[in-house]
Amino acid sequence: MATIVIPFLEPIENLRDKILELEMDTRKGIDNSSELDKTRREHEETVNRIFSSLTRWQRCLLARHPDRPYSLAYIHDIFTDFTEFHGDRRFGDDPAIVAGFARFGGEPVAVVGHQKGRDTAEKVRRNFGMPRPEGYRKAQRIMKLAAQFKRPIISFIDTPGAYPGIDAEERGQAEAIADNLLVMAGLPVPIIVVVTGEGGSGGALGLGIGDRILMAEHAIYSVISPEGCAAILWKDPARTEEAAEALHLTSPDLQQLGVIDEVLPEPFGGAHMDPGGMASTISDAISRHLKQLKKVRPDVLVARRYKKFRAMGTSTDR
Amino acid sequence: MKKGQGVPRGLWIKCDSCGAILYHKEAADNLHVCPKCDHHFRLTASQRLASLFDGDRYKVLFNRVRSTDPLGFVDSKAYSDRLKTYQKRIGPQDALLVGQGEIDRGPTVIAAMEYGFMGGSMGSVVGEKLALAAERCLDRRFPLVIVSCSGGARMQEGILSLMQMGKVSAALARMREKQLPYISVLTDPTTGGVTASFAMLGNLNIAEPGALIGFAGPRVIEQTIRQTLPAGFQRSEFLLEHGMLDLVVHRHELKETLATCLGYFR
Repeated sequence: MATIVIPFLEPIENLRDKILELEMDTRKGIDNSSELDKTRREHEETVNRIFSSLTRWQRCLLARHPDRPYSLAYIHDIFTDFTEFHGDRRFGDDPAIVAGFARFGGEPVAVVGHQKGRDTAEKVRRNFGMPRPEGYRKAQRIMKLAAQFKRPIISFIDTPGAYPGIDAEERGQAEAIADNLLVMAGLPVPIIVVVTGEGGSGGALGLGIGDRILMAEHAIYSVISPEGCAAILWKDPARTEEAAEALHLTSPDLQQLGVIDEVLPEPFGGAHMDPGGMASTISDAISRHLKQLKKVRPDVLVARRYKKFRAMGTSTDR
Repeated sequence: MKKGQGVPRGLWIKCDSCGAILYHKEAADNLHVCPKCDHHFRLTASQRLASLFDGDRYKVLFNRVRSTDPLGFVDSKAYSDRLKTYQKRIGPQDALLVGQGEIDRGPTVIAAMEYGFMGGSMGSVVGEKLALAAERCLDRRFPLVIVSCSGGARMQEGILSLMQMGKVSAALARMREKQLPYISVLTDPTTGGVTASFAMLGNLNIAEPGALIGFAGPRVIEQTIRQTLPAGFQRSEFLLEHGMLDLVVHRHELKETLATCLGYFR
């Protein structure tokens, strides 16, 4: 039985459970093919109905779905020969960010990404995917290594935000993120950023400067969490859904605002229903964009990256 | 935040820090520093620029850039109405005033954040004007000084506010590549996305005494760790001790310090 955690997905989960039961009966020799067909159709219709009219808040819940694939799962599906490297050479190693080298289509690439934990112990060890300064500095070290050996960089974004704690402040959380923005803006190798789950503010952007910004269909990317925004602007945590609506944090929103280059469609029912399918969509997109970016001279690449971010925002001088 | 809400217009003011009752003029003549306890009151952006440029003289740049409310954001009030209210109260500059003038006779661009305009929050206008300021410095080989005073990114422009961090940092990367000096001056308060981008990226980071400087705000940290924060946490002196700042400088010495430091790089 699936653990139901998200109310709006409950009808889907119930039908899935029913299908699994019916399939088990079939294997026992009970003939229920007509009921099974009917339930499967009903399941498909229900998924289509719910997913065709997702609210922004519902997408937040999907982006945070407990079964949603995390960076390491994608890394193992998409790359070969992945070796994770550790430590920032300054203070420590932050398990909330993974970084290393791997091969993509046979060619060496650098990979960095936020990493959440699956069970309670891992969640705590990885600090719920909320990095400390060491994580950003480790990622920068690996990205500079990529630049030294002219390897492209693939970055996976999935964090509620950078960790707001005393130790993180003492060791310069703000400086660590800021320096990544500055350094990533100038690295003379292709950088592809994939927002797979939660793009939590500065903590996300700290790995988020690149030549292509791709985003999974049900991922979110925001200046502040809907909860934080509701507490500050509405002074009422109960208005979280309204805040999510107002923030325009979904993939279609960001495409329309010119922040991302491409929305990566998710498998039927969301990435958590078929992690392998999502990985293969991401892999195809990386392959396509990398092919284009590898043709661009390094200085032109950096100049275009500047132009890309320079154009973000809307203002008028009339 | 109650502390340091600036000097009220009345004849008398009360120091937020020591409670001393001061003549408004007495504080103004002292660069808005309490003569009794040295508490630094918050400056408006135009007061700041006047305090740093030679002869208090500067030319305001890029002041026609205005927000367009890209999300049609409405919380308890429409963002477009909020903008109008602040434009009426503070002026057209949004949360940043950029000036060109001289420091110690060297042409310099200084961008000062305006806390009175929506808490100095950074949206598209602040990002655009900072990028324009950096580009002017690149064109004319001027040094850049940014005086931060901000609660962080502006929520009402959503993700576009966040992207200004990337935009401004990329412009500063260009300045670094072209060997042009950028000095960051951090004043009370400097938090959130402003700290996590240009405020921490100075070739030199210089703060005024006692300024609140951090990534996360103190309330957010307290709610996360459920502990009271130690005294002096996230104040300038704390950051100096932890290696995040080059100097903590009294406002009376700030102009001279900037002149000396820019002199090293000119």
